[in-house]
Amino acid sequence: MTTFILITVTGLGLAGLYFLLASGLSLIFGLMHVLNLAHGALFGLGGYTAWLVMDRLSVVHDPGLRFVIALLVAAAVGFGAGGVMERALIRRLYGRLVDQVLLTVGLGLALVALFGGLWGYDPLVLDQPRWFGEVTHVLGARIPNSRLLILLVALASFGGLLLFLDRTRHGLVIRAGVENPNMVRALGIDVERSFTLVFAVGGMLAAIGGTLGAVFFNGISPALGTNQLVFAFIVVVIGGMGSVAGTALGALLVALTQQYVNFYAATGLGDVAVVFLLALVLMIRPQGLLGKVAP
Amino acid sequence: MRLRANAGTDRTVAVFVGLAGLLALLPTLDLTIPGIFNGPLSSPGTIQVVGIGLVFAALAVSYDVLFGYTGLLSFGHALPFALGVYGTNLLMLRSGMDYLPAAVVTLVGVVAVSVVLGSVALRTGGIAFAMVTLAFAESFSILVLTDPFRLFGGEEGLPLAVEHVPEAFRGVANVRNIYWLALSFLVGTFLVARRATTSRAGRVWEAIRENEARVELLGLRPFVFKLAAFVLASGLAAGAGAIHLLLVRGATAGVTTADFTLALLVMVVLGGPGRLWGAAIGGFVYGILTLRLSVVATSHVVASLPHWLAGPLSEPLFVLGVVFVLLVLFLPGGLVTLFDRLVGRLRRS
Repeated sequence: MTTFILITVTGLGLAGLYFLLASGLSLIFGLMHVLNLAHGALFGLGGYTAWLVMDRLSVVHDPGLRFVIALLVAAAVGFGAGGVMERALIRRLYGRLVDQVLLTVGLGLALVALFGGLWGYDPLVLDQPRWFGEVTHVLGARIPNSRLLILLVALASFGGLLLFLDRTRHGLVIRAGVENPNMVRALGIDVERSFTLVFAVGGMLAAIGGTLGAVFFNGISPALGTNQLVFAFIVVVIGGMGSVAGTALGALLVALTQQYVNFYAATGLGDVAVVFLLALVLMIRPQGLLGKVAP
Repeated sequence: MRLRANAGTDRTVAVFVGLAGLLALLPTLDLTIPGIFNGPLSSPGTIQVVGIGLVFAALAVSYDVLFGYTGLLSFGHALPFALGVYGTNLLMLRSGMDYLPAAVVTLVGVVAVSVVLGSVALRTGGIAFAMVTLAFAESFSILVLTDPFRLFGGEEGLPLAVEHVPEAFRGVANVRNIYWLALSFLVGTFLVARRATTSRAGRVWEAIRENEARVELLGLRPFVFKLAAFVLASGLAAGAGAIHLLLVRGATAGVTTADFTLALLVMVVLGGPGRLWGAAIGGFVYGILTLRLSVVATSHVVASLPHWLAGPLSEPLFVLGVVFVLLVLFLPGGLVTLFDRLVGRLRRS
């Protein structure tokens, strides 16, 4: 029973990471119909930024505080990188959907290789506060605090994203743009600005994910984000493209299935089981669980 | 992507035959091409590299049927290729079949698998199709890498089951024969793909790429045609895999990964999607280029640069990714458009 709880909590942490990576993908796709294959690289960028802050910012002695700063800096870098990516590159190719995807493919390849060239291919382990490694007893199971932290940050991000989309004017425009971009344009609203914003927010969420991922996977390596990207795609398709709640649901389903099967059947089978789950959902509901129209 | 220029003229056939003949003579030439190959063209190392370029060219042609002609952006085309590699080798290793029957059985198996996977994946379209095919390919990749059934040899891969390979394709001395096999396969693939894309079904493929709703309105079922393109492309890729197995003398996990599919995409876009010989050239150039870039990467010039510059430049994929981005931005039709422009200018003058 205690193992079951530990695996469940680990699965929930993984679900949080998937959500952080996939929600940006889903929003970008929902609004702009761009599949961002460089999104995994933004995840990696977050991880490396956090590692750099933890490694170099020796002025701040308290590792806990330093981690908070690392998380914030990574989020800001991700926000900026996402925005710049849209402004400088994606924007040039509006209306050419396949070319946009190809562009992000090239960008993703180049960025991952760039990380490898700058920091090598061995995982860099984040200097973590000691509290992360200590355990909390949950229903008799010993859960590492880092897992709980990841879960907490992911939940906060989910809540923040929902608030942003529901309560702010920018969020309103984005939601309206997902529904019907032409109508929004006809009302004289600058949808293009929302495009940049969505990329920036997506980049920020991915970079937060990367920081937490560096903790979860015990280190950051160049292809870490890109490897997770495949599962993020599955999450997005299962949840329904453009739906934030669907993405959260998809993340839970995928991460828990993966964890349980990997533990109770055989390592590696969980990842395959997830693909079967995807096939199953597509057979029954091609538009995804909470998706509205067939993509 | 553009509509194909008038196909099937006598001149293209002549160029095609000439090019194939030239490539066939290549391993017998004692020529050295400084800067690109280390040894003379007839040295086994060079023949192997050019042979891999030919296999990639065939693979890129098969992918072009799917992506360039039918407009189906698959991110899982590494899967049928990898199945061709691993399937053929496993049949030889485990059931003691000879190479040729093993390759044929694998081909039939891959066709059957691709009918099933295609039917599922084609329930979605556009970008979702890309994601689903990526997921299928990735699950096989993970299966190979983690190897829960102790079958695929994990990251190290499986060495070629040499004792089941015909005498003519064994050993370094016979690498020429494998080269000629690869060349014949490329020619065959090209002819099959050309025949298919110029057939009536091929017309429907292009129509689906341009406007699927209109095809449906005409009373045709796009699904059937898309599935046909998917299965044909998968079968050809599996064949290419079986030959790749001989050329590199083993099955390596690298060909299963998503990176390899993306590389395939780079090949087709580099050459020019929707033009078979463009794809073939893209695959060939890519095969040689990746090798050449890693030579540049380890050269003294790069090593003498400061670390922040030398690090990225010593990564072939970094250079390739940047080139690819520039290509998409400034030369969307691929190398073929350069050629077209050149021909156009020559005609005018």
